[in-house]
Amino acid sequence: MPDNSPTFAPAVEVRNLSAGYNGHVALEDVTFSVERGCLAGLVGPNGSGKSTLLRVMLGLHKPWQGEVSISGPPGRSGRGHIGYMPQSELVDWSFPITVADAVLMGRYGRVGLIRRPGRRDREIATAALERVHLAHLAKRLIGELSGGEQRKMLIARALAQEADLVLLDEPLAGLDATAQHDLLRLLEELRREDKTLFVATHDLSCVAANFDHAVLLNRKVIAFGRPSEVFTEQLLAAAFQRHLLVLPGGERTLVGP
Amino acid sequence: MSELLDLLREPWTFEFMQRALIAAVLVSVVAAVVGSFVILKGMAFIGDALPHASFGGVAIAFALGFNLHLGGAIAALLTALSIGFIAHRGTVRYDTAIGIVFISGFALGILIVSTQSGYVVDLFSFVFGNVLGVSWTDVWLTAGLGGFILLAVALFYKELLFTAYDPSMAAATGVPVAAMQYGLLALIGLTVVIALQVMGIVLVLAMLVAPPATAQLLTRRLPPMMAIGALVGALSALSGLYIAWYADVSASAAIVLTATGFFFLAFLFAPGRGLLWQHRFTPTERA
Repeated sequence: MPDNSPTFAPAVEVRNLSAGYNGHVALEDVTFSVERGCLAGLVGPNGSGKSTLLRVMLGLHKPWQGEVSISGPPGRSGRGHIGYMPQSELVDWSFPITVADAVLMGRYGRVGLIRRPGRRDREIATAALERVHLAHLAKRLIGELSGGEQRKMLIARALAQEADLVLLDEPLAGLDATAQHDLLRLLEELRREDKTLFVATHDLSCVAANFDHAVLLNRKVIAFGRPSEVFTEQLLAAAFQRHLLVLPGGERTLVGP
Repeated sequence: MSELLDLLREPWTFEFMQRALIAAVLVSVVAAVVGSFVILKGMAFIGDALPHASFGGVAIAFALGFNLHLGGAIAALLTALSIGFIAHRGTVRYDTAIGIVFISGFALGILIVSTQSGYVVDLFSFVFGNVLGVSWTDVWLTAGLGGFILLAVALFYKELLFTAYDPSMAAATGVPVAAMQYGLLALIGLTVVIALQVMGIVLVLAMLVAPPATAQLLTRRLPPMMAIGALVGALSALSGLYIAWYADVSASAAIVLTATGFFFLAFLFAPGRGLLWQHRFTPTERA
């Protein structure tokens, strides 16, 4: 497998992972690793286990077997120290809290039970909002944000967790082209700051054009490595169970049905 | 002028009215704070289910000759926790779980009552509430339990808020989400317990829902929503008792109708969101 050499310290390693719900298998013997400081895509058809994999990595769902190891400085690895951006549709946008309130929640796990967030937590949350260029909207209600601003707010909340590894569930889905471009640029900026971003997405072309790594999943790992190596007609057909048109064009690879 | 003051003072010269006022205000304030979570999470059905299910416990206590309040309290808490347990198994929908548990408790109550011959008037005070009949012991119990509920919400506000807003993210950052979900159910159960005697089974829901719903139309964030809801609840309790005193009608019904009256006022006139406000200004002017 490419890009699996031990000279690079991986940000996350998943080994022989199997998981599922009520006897139904969602993931089978999944093994891959994501290098530190890269933008990695997790792609696969609906029901391929992408969300389950993210939930297992976050410690929200117990796997049947296998393990997930997150590397990081001592005391800063494991549960609560992985940033997470949930699917936007699963967030209750009518909840009566401000953007600043919502981003501060990224600190709650660290603050601990009963104790209230302190000045440092507020500073970290403010910095995270500035980082995604939303500081001017801090006092808005979350329900007043546009689609693109909503995603940025969720990213700011993940950044407020001060995690080096951030898992993002469909951050680009449902955005118009400008907002997608905007968000992608933000992800690239974060990568340059040595964050590792692991992005579940349907958008093959976007991963092909912009990402460093891709994990092709359909219950099992079909392939992982550089997008140009992963997005071959053969491998895509194996993952999606249908033929997809791949148009290699120099730096860019277009993938379409 | 002094005649008006006399009219305002008159009810409170009676000790049972003083007790009624203290109990009703305490219950309204606690119900508004807990009820804010209830309406934000769309849990109004639970607010209806717990008091009805507690009827089973009340009836069992009645048949066995135990304290009726204790019976109702145990039943309300057991119902709250079993709803949480069934819903957490994930095999049936949340509202289905509520419906099943709710109706089992209520039907059990009716079954037991049907076996009792003769005098069941004590049970009716649970169905319709009996705020004018509360004792000082009841008032102290209400104050103690109500204080406990408010303290729990204050201590775990941050976790309750995060869990209500986004449970999977809360769990991912290390918040004990399941404990908070069960805890909120238990707090709703305890609120129902103290509200039962004042409001009665069929009207408890109103105090959990109407004051916070009114507040939601008047403010945009949770802390002021709880505060305004508590104020609306307390005002409803006060006005309702006046109405009950001078019109000689059911106190719990008067309190509830005052609270829903406040809601409709806000629904019509709330700045920015009231029905009339939206008619008065065109969308461009509002923006």
